[in-house]
Amino acid sequence: MFEKVKKIIAEQLGVEEDEIAMESSFIDDLGADSLDIVELIMALEEEFDLEIPDSEAEKISTVGDVVEYIKNNS
Amino acid sequence: MNRTYNCGILGLGSCLPEKVITNSDLEKMVDTSDEWITKRTGISERRILDEDIPTHKLGVEAAKKALADAGLKAEDLDLIIVTTETPDYLSPSMSCLIQSEIGATKAAAFDLNAACSGFIYGMSVANQFIKSGFYKYVLIIGCEGLSKVTDWKDRNTCVLFGDGAGAVLFGPVEEDYGIITTYTGAAGELGKNITIPCCFIGPQDIEVRTGENKRTLWMDGGEVFKFAVKIMEHAAKKVLEDSGLTMDDIKMIVPHQANIRILEGAAKRLNIPNDKVFSNLYKYGNISSASIPVGLDEAYREKIFSKGDSIILVGFGGGLTWGSAIIKWNK
Repeated sequence: MFEKVKKIIAEQLGVEEDEIAMESSFIDDLGADSLDIVELIMALEEEFDLEIPDSEAEKISTVGDVVEYIKNNS
Repeated sequence: MNRTYNCGILGLGSCLPEKVITNSDLEKMVDTSDEWITKRTGISERRILDEDIPTHKLGVEAAKKALADAGLKAEDLDLIIVTTETPDYLSPSMSCLIQSEIGATKAAAFDLNAACSGFIYGMSVANQFIKSGFYKYVLIIGCEGLSKVTDWKDRNTCVLFGDGAGAVLFGPVEEDYGIITTYTGAAGELGKNITIPCCFIGPQDIEVRTGENKRTLWMDGGEVFKFAVKIMEHAAKKVLEDSGLTMDDIKMIVPHQANIRILEGAAKRLNIPNDKVFSNLYKYGNISSASIPVGLDEAYREKIFSKGDSIILVGFGGGLTWGSAIIKWNK
């Protein structure tokens, strides 16, 4: 699953897959802005067939947060 | 059986204020930068009315241009619908103000508020009246002054909006041309994601606004962004389905201009190149229900459309509402 998440992040943010680690921060390490994160969440929702509510999306700041959320909710 | 008519576009016109506010002007007003705004919105500048000029003046000029383009007189009009979420007065309506100034003495007049989707809602109303033969000439004017409800100290919203008006005169056209289909919808349960309070201000409205003025436009940008991308895809596909056309039959999509990344996101989902989606928001920002008629007018004057081209129009925004249409260009 991490591989799949990594692929989506790389595509959405235009970064190399090997730059992406569990502890990477979207904003600080991967150069994302707030809209990038919204777009990323939309892509993840579609890929994993889930709805990430706004209140939960606000807590997501690292790649690990995303992986954890998907693990617990799909 | 009663005869039915095809409803199409007879004339177009638009009017934008002369005053330009660039991203670098905004840098002096709030903590922002040209690069930040451009990257996140695609907007470089917007047109803003002087505070002492009422918004309907833009609509008057746009209406006159549309009449001239159609070769008709104001007295020929049967109905004027102004789509707006920023009326100068709650009463009289913008449409009555404009009716009087252009001298459309025989026209009925009312305003329609479906926020940024207003123009499509107006088109669907005009289509019914003209198809049935009840009215012959219906003028729809998207007329908006968002600068008047903008909190110019809120960097999240003040970079996005502008003022403007676009007018389109609808009337009977030859068979197989004009409006092919329209589709409108609403999701009121999501309405509090974009608010402009007026005669009532609730506790939540007060809480989310940091400035002193509690009647400014507020929105939850992230939620609205998600909605907009998905609904633009859905609404465009719906009218294709309803009309039995495919994306290959479509010359261009003229969407509501809110954010370049909404347009790019939807284009990606619709599997079409970005240049099939008309965009002029870099110079005007989001002008709500005026954006589609202004876009149509510009594309028409740039001679982007030829007679027989099929065009998708799609709007989405406050309410939350959405609407789309397919027109076969008849001019």
